[in-house]
Amino acid sequence: MDLFVFLALLQDGITTGAIYLLLAIGLLIVFSVTRVIFVPQGDLLAFGTLTVASLQSGHLPGTLWLLDGVAAVALVVSLCRGGRAAVMGVLAWGVFPLVLTLAAVLLAPYQVPAISILLALAIVTPMGPLIWRFAFRPVAGASVLALLILAMALHFVLIGAGLVFFGPEEASAPALTEASFDLGTLNVSDQSLAVLLCCAALVSGLRWFFGATIHGKALRATASDRIGARLVGIDAAATGALAFGLASFIAALAGVLIGAVTPLSYDAGFDIGLKGFVAAIMGGLVSYPMAAAGAVLVGVLESLVSFWASAYREVIVFTLLIPVLVWLSLRSGSPEDRA
Amino acid sequence: MRRWFVLIVIVAIVAAPVLLPEFYVTLFGYVGLATLVALGLVLLTGVSGQTSFGQATFVGIAAYSTTLLTRFEGAPPVVGLAVGLILTGTIAWLLGLITARLSGHFLALVSVAWGISFFSLFGTLPALHGFNGIGDIPPLRIGSLSAANPRVNLGVIWVTAAIVMAISANLLDSRVGRAIRTLNGARLMGESVGIDTVRLSRSVFVIAALYAGIAGFLFAHFQRFINPTPFNLGASIDYLFMVIIGGSESLWGAPLGATLVVVLRDQFNDWIPRLTGRAGDFEALVFSLVVILLLQRVPSGLLPLLTRFAPPRRPSAALPRHPPASPLRHPPASPLRHPPATPRRHPPAAFPRHPPACPGDLSRQGAGVDPPDEPGDDVGAVRGDGGGAMPVDGGRGIPTLAKWGKELLSLEGVSRNFAGLAAARDVNFNVHACEIVALIGPNGAGKTTLFNLISGVLPPGSGTIRLFGQPGGNLAPRQVAALGVARTFQHVKLLPARGVLENIALGTHLSGRAGLWRAMLRLDRAEEATLLATAREQAIRLGLGHVLDMPAGDLPLGQQRVVEIARALCLRPRLLLLDEPAAGLRLPEKQHLAALLRQLRAEGMGVLLVEHDMDFVMQLADRVIVMDFGQKIAEGPPDQVRSDPAVREAYLGGVT
Repeated sequence: MDLFVFLALLQDGITTGAIYLLLAIGLLIVFSVTRVIFVPQGDLLAFGTLTVASLQSGHLPGTLWLLDGVAAVALVVSLCRGGRAAVMGVLAWGVFPLVLTLAAVLLAPYQVPAISILLALAIVTPMGPLIWRFAFRPVAGASVLALLILAMALHFVLIGAGLVFFGPEEASAPALTEASFDLGTLNVSDQSLAVLLCCAALVSGLRWFFGATIHGKALRATASDRIGARLVGIDAAATGALAFGLASFIAALAGVLIGAVTPLSYDAGFDIGLKGFVAAIMGGLVSYPMAAAGAVLVGVLESLVSFWASAYREVIVFTLLIPVLVWLSLRSGSPEDRA
Repeated sequence: MRRWFVLIVIVAIVAAPVLLPEFYVTLFGYVGLATLVALGLVLLTGVSGQTSFGQATFVGIAAYSTTLLTRFEGAPPVVGLAVGLILTGTIAWLLGLITARLSGHFLALVSVAWGISFFSLFGTLPALHGFNGIGDIPPLRIGSLSAANPRVNLGVIWVTAAIVMAISANLLDSRVGRAIRTLNGARLMGESVGIDTVRLSRSVFVIAALYAGIAGFLFAHFQRFINPTPFNLGASIDYLFMVIIGGSESLWGAPLGATLVVVLRDQFNDWIPRLTGRAGDFEALVFSLVVILLLQRVPSGLLPLLTRFAPPRRPSAALPRHPPASPLRHPPASPLRHPPATPRRHPPAAFPRHPPACPGDLSRQGAGVDPPDEPGDDVGAVRGDGGGAMPVDGGRGIPTLAKWGKELLSLEGVSRNFAGLAAARDVNFNVHACEIVALIGPNGAGKTTLFNLISGVLPPGSGTIRLFGQPGGNLAPRQVAALGVARTFQHVKLLPARGVLENIALGTHLSGRAGLWRAMLRLDRAEEATLLATAREQAIRLGLGHVLDMPAGDLPLGQQRVVEIARALCLRPRLLLLDEPAAGLRLPEKQHLAALLRQLRAEGMGVLLVEHDMDFVMQLADRVIVMDFGQKIAEGPPDQVRSDPAVREAYLGGVT
């Protein structure tokens, strides 16, 4: 391997590493607020890619009908509740899907990348709160393990839905830009830079959100003390919905971004999500900058390994976890009671 | 009812291979194999509270091991089985080494990662022939009977499953079984009675992997063709679904869940394509939706629903009925006398009936309280690893407690900070045998922190803790327990769903030696009877004789504290640490507890107690230590402390 190949692989690795970082952030938000390990986040990522691909080919994506269907159920449920919940329900699960569906029907035929991307984000993002509403909120007090098993089952539901809606073929998202420029001998694609820029923008956006807004502070309060947050009047159901919404938005965005680099099929999201988790473990337990470093390390390593020994790619990436865990093991003190 | 149920199951197992049509023979073969894996997961998930998404990997490792050895090397299947089990066991042990100290969901997620890694290895290692798979695996032979016949296979599988189920039931009904239950959310308590929870959780993980390995071995020789697909992550998750759907708290949940999942999947694969007209699209979707609904609606599984209407289980044979329950909470007459009903293991004559009282202090034994029987009878003989710590009396081989009045515990300049807050600052005090020392102080004074420092839960920041003359500061809680220190907790730590007797028997853990294998093979019965007798003795002594079979969580809080004390006494401690033992007790119960503590003191035990009930403390304690803001502000006999101006200021505020 010469320097040129190495640099090209490095560029790939950093790009995918940025995606893993986004997913790691989504996982951490959901886990710290609701204790759910959001396995299906990767599947939502695949939904993001496939939805935008479907819109770009002039079709209305099945995920839109899925959203409409589940939102209709949520609408009925919140109408039965009555009161303020009904008003919010009508807005969130009645008006919004209706407007979105109309917009999709009217705008999809033009196949403009920017519009398709926005529509895809708008279609996939509400799925997070809906997943929270129907899958996790009814059992929000269950143990972390029970929630994890539920998340696994949900992963299979989403994979099944993905297969029904999109079929087994791979599809690509439109690139934000086709341009590229040369940096010495290396051809840097603008798409890679766009991914990094989006990633940076999202991270700073989240930083602002958590630091400066009341909703962000409510999430942080819930993450640090769930019962305490409820006692001061923070609505646990609402923070959960918000956390899931952020995570599904992040997943959809990541899907739109990575889909332009790598074509994805309906079941490709799980592995990507898991690598986001590897990054989250490697870094998040130390600090956020370390999480970023971990994500880039996973991305670069994966990219290099797929050049040398592509068959053993998964093995090597997941084996990375072992030294990290050994270190964590040695660091942890006497056993304490665990949830 | 239960007996009939078991009988029906046995008859079904015997009759099924003969009577069922071929298709169902194969299907129930798979159910049996899945049951084996699920049994391991019941132990792992339901009982010990850990979760693995990698059980199919263990099935695969064993299946490939036996395949490579028997198909290509011509080895007999027994060798394949042995090598497969050694491999699965070793890999599980190593993975457990890495993850056992981390919290439960780490093991679960790491298991996802290794599940994917191994699956990818199964598919890519050239020796394993990739996804084309390996065929012509030789069938099992039992004498002249070849198990190439699926009906014979079904028999082999279900007999194996029944045996594994039986040894699992034996395991749960034993000393180790009790210890395993503390892994699920009560590890600190487990450590405090001397259980090595890290090692034990690894052992459970290895057992679950070995069960999966047995299933893998049978799978290879049953199907006689393997490729990586049945060992993927989806299969692992299915095993977990089986346990959750069936009911993870009982072994019967495993066959129930395995049957439901295998049959449901089969039926869905059959019916859904007919209804939708599309094959392969909707089955997994519908199945997963059903699983989610079950997880939400019946989180503890279907088995509890089925058994809810069954008559209650009779107490097992190992727990003979206690003497007729007194309608009163405490036997009124002489609560501390050992009931004659309990058979003594050693003739009392072998020991001095009345041990020498504590020096110069005969007067303080409570009137009307019998001097105890030999206090530490056979402590050294029964206790395993703690025996060495016990001073042996003049070479006669009779272990005794520490010399009367000897120093048991000393703290010298002990400090401990929590992020700048000094929970303990330069604390000095000691506790002797034959002494009740009370630790009092306002909330947040650092009393419980001191308890945690002494019992090894926290290491001290600085200073020296000596237990029985040995340095104790850096010992683990279970090592402190083995030295002869027992404790109770401010927030009661019991296994709420288990019976009172079982909870108390946890305290006898260090007195027994029977490990996993002896428990599984039922070779531990004599020892188990001894342990349970000890537990029963302590229960009756503390007035719990009438609630032995009741779930500990159903008792009032005060009674739960008494259960904790009984558990602590089963350790036969030389030093007893009680954290607010009288909280939640009614007056007669408090008096009963005070009488008991006086008796323990007379037997030579040292007691250190944290308590807020001043009447209780002042009438009982020989010495009172007052803490405030992490510092000792006073120490002395109750009367002296009561009139100490610094103490008054700490409790009542400065009078200015």
